[in-house]
Amino acid sequence: MLSTIQPSRCLSRFPVHLPTCGRTKSRFLRVVSSAQPVTTAPLADQSQILSIRDSLLSRHLSAVQVADSYLGRLKQTEPQIGSFLHLSEPDKVLKQAQEIDDKIKRNEEVGPLAGVLVAVKDNICTADMPSTGGSHILDGYRPPFDATAVKRLKDLGAIVVGKTNLDEFGMGSSTEASAFKVTANPWDLSRVPGGSSGGSAAAVSARQCVVSLGSDTGGSVRQPASFCGVAGLKPTYGRVSRFGLMAYASSLDVIGCFGSSVADTGILLHAISGHDALDATSSKREVPDFTSQFLSASSLKSRPLEGLRVGLIRETVDGGVDSGVKSAIQGAAAHLEQLGSIVTEVSLPSFSLGLPAYYILASSESSSNLSRYDGVR
Amino acid sequence: MASTLFRTIQIHPFSLYPTAICRRRNGVLYCTMKSTQTQTATQEKQQPPKVKVSQHTQSKTLDKITRDYEAIIGIETHVQLSTLTKAFCSCPYNYGSQPNTSICPICMGLPGALPVLNSKVIEFAVKLGLALNCKLSLNSKFDRKQYFYPDLPKGYQISQFDIPIATGGYIDLDLPLEFGGGHRKFGITRVHMEEDAGKLLHSGNGDYSQVDLNRAGVPLLEIVSEPDMRTGIEAAEYAAELQRVVRYLGVSNGNMQEGSLRCDVNVSIRPVGQSEFGTKVEIKNLNSFSSINRAIDFEISRQALLHTQGHDDQIVQETRLWEEGAQKTVTMRKKEGLADYRYFPEPDLPEVILTQEYVDGIRNSLPELPEMKRRRYEKMGLSMQDVLFLANDVNVAEYFDATISRGADIKLAANWIMGDIAAYMKNEKLSINEIKLMPEELVELIASIKGGTISGKIGKEILFELLAKGGTVKGLIEEKDLVQIVDPVEIGKMVDKVLSENPKQLEQYRGGKTKLQGFFAGQVMKISKGKANPVLLNKILLEKLNAKS
Repeated sequence: MLSTIQPSRCLSRFPVHLPTCGRTKSRFLRVVSSAQPVTTAPLADQSQILSIRDSLLSRHLSAVQVADSYLGRLKQTEPQIGSFLHLSEPDKVLKQAQEIDDKIKRNEEVGPLAGVLVAVKDNICTADMPSTGGSHILDGYRPPFDATAVKRLKDLGAIVVGKTNLDEFGMGSSTEASAFKVTANPWDLSRVPGGSSGGSAAAVSARQCVVSLGSDTGGSVRQPASFCGVAGLKPTYGRVSRFGLMAYASSLDVIGCFGSSVADTGILLHAISGHDALDATSSKREVPDFTSQFLSASSLKSRPLEGLRVGLIRETVDGGVDSGVKSAIQGAAAHLEQLGSIVTEVSLPSFSLGLPAYYILASSESSSNLSRYDGVR
Repeated sequence: MASTLFRTIQIHPFSLYPTAICRRRNGVLYCTMKSTQTQTATQEKQQPPKVKVSQHTQSKTLDKITRDYEAIIGIETHVQLSTLTKAFCSCPYNYGSQPNTSICPICMGLPGALPVLNSKVIEFAVKLGLALNCKLSLNSKFDRKQYFYPDLPKGYQISQFDIPIATGGYIDLDLPLEFGGGHRKFGITRVHMEEDAGKLLHSGNGDYSQVDLNRAGVPLLEIVSEPDMRTGIEAAEYAAELQRVVRYLGVSNGNMQEGSLRCDVNVSIRPVGQSEFGTKVEIKNLNSFSSINRAIDFEISRQALLHTQGHDDQIVQETRLWEEGAQKTVTMRKKEGLADYRYFPEPDLPEVILTQEYVDGIRNSLPELPEMKRRRYEKMGLSMQDVLFLANDVNVAEYFDATISRGADIKLAANWIMGDIAAYMKNEKLSINEIKLMPEELVELIASIKGGTISGKIGKEILFELLAKGGTVKGLIEEKDLVQIVDPVEIGKMVDKVLSENPKQLEQYRGGKTKLQGFFAGQVMKISKGKANPVLLNKILLEKLNAKS
């Protein structure tokens, strides 16, 4: 079924220059606080989104060319990886790309995500494509509306290339609980990509799309991002509207972002963030334009985190935690210190109650949220 | 049986509209939870009373029996709020629209849809809570009440469980005079907000049912009373007063027929003197105030009879249906203990936090409520009968208030409204807001009669025209030359004319037939075109009739 291909051979087939992903030791970005004077450093070499935008606006590449290259790679890799449950018709994608090219030709404004191919996890509603939530219960279900996050992306010019595989209704951590198929990890096709947003992580990892949306309730964006070697971001609850996200645990769910770089992930987050009148739990706080404050790592001095105080929760490295996890956390803390920050131990005595609380809330809320799948409508 | 049920369920005229179909198994839809729909089999499991007496003596015995018992009655009322849109989405709600035409992903409970609270629901809830003299919870929340039923799209109802928006109030009312009158005060346990479910429409042969979600998501206020009522009429009047209050406040149109006011009644009895409560029976399918009255009275008798016969173990905690046709209650389903609704706080909706300023603002904007109106009218000297009539309908009360605020005589205004105007409205099937007679003109009419400008008879005549076509009293008087004739000389002339034209009757009168005075009076009225002042007319007539003998 899945042949084992060496990761290096797999990656070497990709013609587009890739910023390093997953290996975040030497190259990373720092978000500067608004108190410091900011100069926007050229980020195009670290952000696919900005690079595409540059190429389009400078007429160096057309949106159709960009779309073509991604679609080609998608066609090539999809049989082995299986990130997608539904794919947009290639003609449709190219048509949308063509419309962007026409706008640019006419010197009209195009959105910041124009020409950017986005994959969307299948538990996020899209009106023009089926949304199954990874389940046979919703076989063939076509929602009559777009999720707010999807709508915002489309409004900014993004092209939705397809819906990605997931563990059924977001419950799982490997895509093995998908009713349809198991997605392969692009780095090693015999391994799982993680979950539940496994398809979204794999799609970005294999460069089948530029960025993708996933959902995170108990790690479903962060864990597959780690497994697939891409950047994954779980926003604070309420930062992104949940309207259109098939609910798993209503008080924990968020829509999260995958990108091949932190910059891309951040740009995607900014695009979908903000209060939504259709989601009573979405935050009314202003969304600052943090993307304009991204700085390239190369422009920073040697101890860029000088002055930053980081707390390390003692209970996360206490007894009972796996030694591998402990060393990974301690390693990261050491790295942060190397970069100039001060790491202080803090205590969170209620930490141990977190997991039981999660299981009670998530189980009861998900059983409630899934009771609507009663077969009546 | 089924057809009786059918009549009493609110069936949509287009009941077989092709919509989503839900199949029933075994011909019966089983449901374990309380629902406003009534559609299960009605097996009469009750043994008929074994005492066989004649009808007449049976009712006498029943009266005697029921006197030994005290009935404890409580009522749960659901009031459908007349907000422009539903509780959690922007769909409008119009009773009687085509099935599934007023729905959206949110009220349909589609995946990914989230509820957002309509702030008017809070406003109406606070209004009603204040009107019922309740204590308001400044911090309340919504909870999910979970159960399966095909008309409940999300599989749960958004309601309020342990922190309702209002608690601990009371309602004042006056019992109708024909039932003995009297003032009553009944406690209100709680008022909370929730959403309505959809409606099930059943096929003629019972093979399948269809779901209409137009009503799903419509805001409701559930009002739970203390078990303070003791008779059917008290319960019926409680429901009627709630209807009055919600109509006065403008939060609902309170129509039992349309389902915007629904009552479920709980009845139990205990021997007089006992402090323990008896077994409680719930009665559903009460579609009018008189049904409430009759159903409760029936149920009290049924329970009392069983009790006296020693069969009080046959009184079980259950839900019974009131059958309008047969005028009796029948078992609908036995309550399988308390249902487990698995309540938990609704995570999609933030807490409801009210400020004292908000509450005070609403309190200051409350209209004069029925109870206050009744007390005010009483103080003005009106009889209880008048008070009850005038304060019953908020529009009639407004009309009356408008009339007397312009200086009209209170008693006369009441009489006109309750008499001729009410009769006209009934005949023409109009509400008081639709008649063409304006309060100002009623004032003018009353004043004109009182002041003697026109006679009472003429007044009644032009009233009809004013009601039907509007116009002003002064205008009509002028136009038709209706001013009353009060000049004795003029009247005298007319009397003379009549007497001279009717010699035969005059002779008869003088011969002893004094009843003919009416005839002469009528003739004078005729030639005066009704304008002669009757009192003066008769005085002069009598003088002249008796003069020559």
